[in-house]
Amino acid sequence: MSNTPFSKHNPELFKKRKFANALGLSLSITAMVIGMAILIWILTVLFYKGFSEIDLEMFTASAPAPGSEGGGLLNAIVGSLLLVGTCTLVSTPVGVLAGIYLTEYGDRSKIAAITRFVTDIMLSAPSIVIGLFVYAIFVAQIKHFSGWAGTVALSLIAVPVIVRTTENMLRLVPSTLREAAYALGTPKWKVSFNVILRAAQSGVMTGILLAIARVSGETAPLLFTALNNQFFSVNMNAPMANLPVTIFQFAMSPYENWNGLAWGGALLITMAVLTLNILARVVFREKVQG
Amino acid sequence: MKTMFDLNKIDAQGGGVDNTNQHAQQEVVNVLEVRNLNFYYGKFQGLKDINLNIEQGKVTAFIGPSGCGKSTLLRTLNRMYDLYPGQRAEGEINFFGENILAPGQDLNLLRSRIGMVFQKPTPFPMSIYENIAFGVRLYENLSRSEMDERVEWALNKAALWNEAKDKLNQSGLSLSGGQQQRLCIARGVAVKPSVILLDEPTSALDPISTGKVEELVHELKHEYTIAIVTHNMQQAARVSDYTAYMYLGNLVEFGKTDELFIKPKRKETEDYITGRFG
Repeated sequence: MSNTPFSKHNPELFKKRKFANALGLSLSITAMVIGMAILIWILTVLFYKGFSEIDLEMFTASAPAPGSEGGGLLNAIVGSLLLVGTCTLVSTPVGVLAGIYLTEYGDRSKIAAITRFVTDIMLSAPSIVIGLFVYAIFVAQIKHFSGWAGTVALSLIAVPVIVRTTENMLRLVPSTLREAAYALGTPKWKVSFNVILRAAQSGVMTGILLAIARVSGETAPLLFTALNNQFFSVNMNAPMANLPVTIFQFAMSPYENWNGLAWGGALLITMAVLTLNILARVVFREKVQG
Repeated sequence: MKTMFDLNKIDAQGGGVDNTNQHAQQEVVNVLEVRNLNFYYGKFQGLKDINLNIEQGKVTAFIGPSGCGKSTLLRTLNRMYDLYPGQRAEGEINFFGENILAPGQDLNLLRSRIGMVFQKPTPFPMSIYENIAFGVRLYENLSRSEMDERVEWALNKAALWNEAKDKLNQSGLSLSGGQQQRLCIARGVAVKPSVILLDEPTSALDPISTGKVEELVHELKHEYTIAIVTHNMQQAARVSDYTAYMYLGNLVEFGKTDELFIKPKRKETEDYITGRFG
C-alpha cells in the first residue's frame, strides 16, 4: 500500500479530476484565444488599411475640402491634443483632490459615501449621455459648439476614473506610514500630500494615464460639444476638430482620400492609447519593485 | 480582580518606585504621570485604571502577553489613538504637569514633543536626507548648512551616519530593514522631542540589528526619556530602568527592572517572567 503511486489509491477520482482539469483548461484557453484573436484582427486590419496612409502630409496638412485631393489630419491632431490636454489639466487636480478627500478626510462619512456612489454611477454612465448633458447646460446656452464644452464633457468622464484609482491607491498605503507621519507632529494636510500621496505616486499617475487613454478615444461626448472643424483652429471658444469625430465623419464619407485618412487617424489614435497604457503599466511595475 | 486593582493604586501612590531612598540622591522628575487611565475601543475596555510615572532620563519598559494593552498604553501617551474614531481615553496623563487628554490640546505640537517609532520600519517615500529634514522643517526654520548639520547629528545619534553618509540622496527605502529602523529613530531624534516611544522596535529585525538598536537606547537615554514596549523579556531586562508588567488591560506590577525581574512582588509577574505563563 505504501509503495503504490498515489494515483492508484482512487483511480476513479483521479480520472475525474484529470477530466475536470482538462475541461477547465481548454475552456479558458478558448476564451483567451478568442479575445486575443479579435484584438490581433483589429490591429492587423488597422495596420493594413491605415499604415500606408500615415505620411508626412497627414501631420502637416489640415483636412481636405470635399472633393479635393490629399489633405491631412493636422487640425484634428492638434484639436485632440488641446481637448485632451485641457481635460487633463482640469480633471487631474479635481480627481486627485477628491480621492484624497475620500481616503484621508471623508473616509466613512455620509458625504464620502455619496461621493463614492455618484462616482460609480458616473463611471458606468454611457458617454453619449454625458455629451447630451453638456450640450443641454453649456452648448445650448451659448448657442454654438465649442472646444471648452468638449473639455467639460471629457473631464466629466475622466474625473470619476481618477477619483476611484486615486482612492484605491491611497488605501493601499499602509496605515503605519500614516501613523509614522502623524507621530512627528505633522499636520494632516502635509501627511496627505507630502507622505501618503507621494507613497502612492506611481499608482495615482497610472490612474491619470489610463483616464487620458480612455478619454482620447471618446467620440460620443464630442459630437454634441466640440463637434468638428474643417479648418485649423486653436480657438477653444469655437467648434474644434478632433480625431475621433473626424474619423467618424471621414469614414462615413463617399470620398476615398477621406476614408484613407480615417484609417490613418484610427491607427494613430490606437497606437497612442496603446502606448499610454503600456507606459502606465511599465511605470507602475517599476515602482512596485523599487 | 479586586486585589489587583487595589495594589495597583498602592504601588502608584506610595509603595512603588519613587519613594525608595531616592530622595537622598537627586530630585526625581516625572515627565509623564498617568492617573486613573481607562481606555476604550468602542465598548471594549482596553486599559483599566492605570497609574504610573515615567521618569525623566530613564528607560521604562512595558511587558506582557499579546493583547495585554501595552501598545495601547503607549499609543495614549502621544494620543495616536485619536486618529481612529471610536477609541477614547478617560483619566489624566500629565506631561510636565499638563493634562494631554484634556480637550483642545494641540496634538501636532504634542506629537512633536513625544516621538514614536513603530514595529515595522516606516521610512517616508523620499531620500534619506529628506526623511530626517521633513520632521525638522515642520517646527524649525533652519538654513541649509544648519539642516545639514542636524541631519548628520541625527544620523550619528542613530549610529547610521557611517553607513548612510555617501547615499543621503538615495531613497530611504533602499536601506536594509535594520537600517530603515535606525533611520526612523534618527527621524524621531532629529526633532529633539522630550520623550521617545518605541513600540516593539526590534521585533521585525535580525539579532545584529536588534543589538544595534538596543545600544542606541542606551545611548539615547542620557538625553531623552524612553518608553519601550517589547515582547522580549531579556530585552526589557537589558535596556530598561523600570519595567511595567501588564495583563488583560491591568497594570499588574511596576517597579525597578532589577527588582521586578529578580524579586517580583506579585505571583503573576513571576509566573510570566519565568515562562510558566504567557
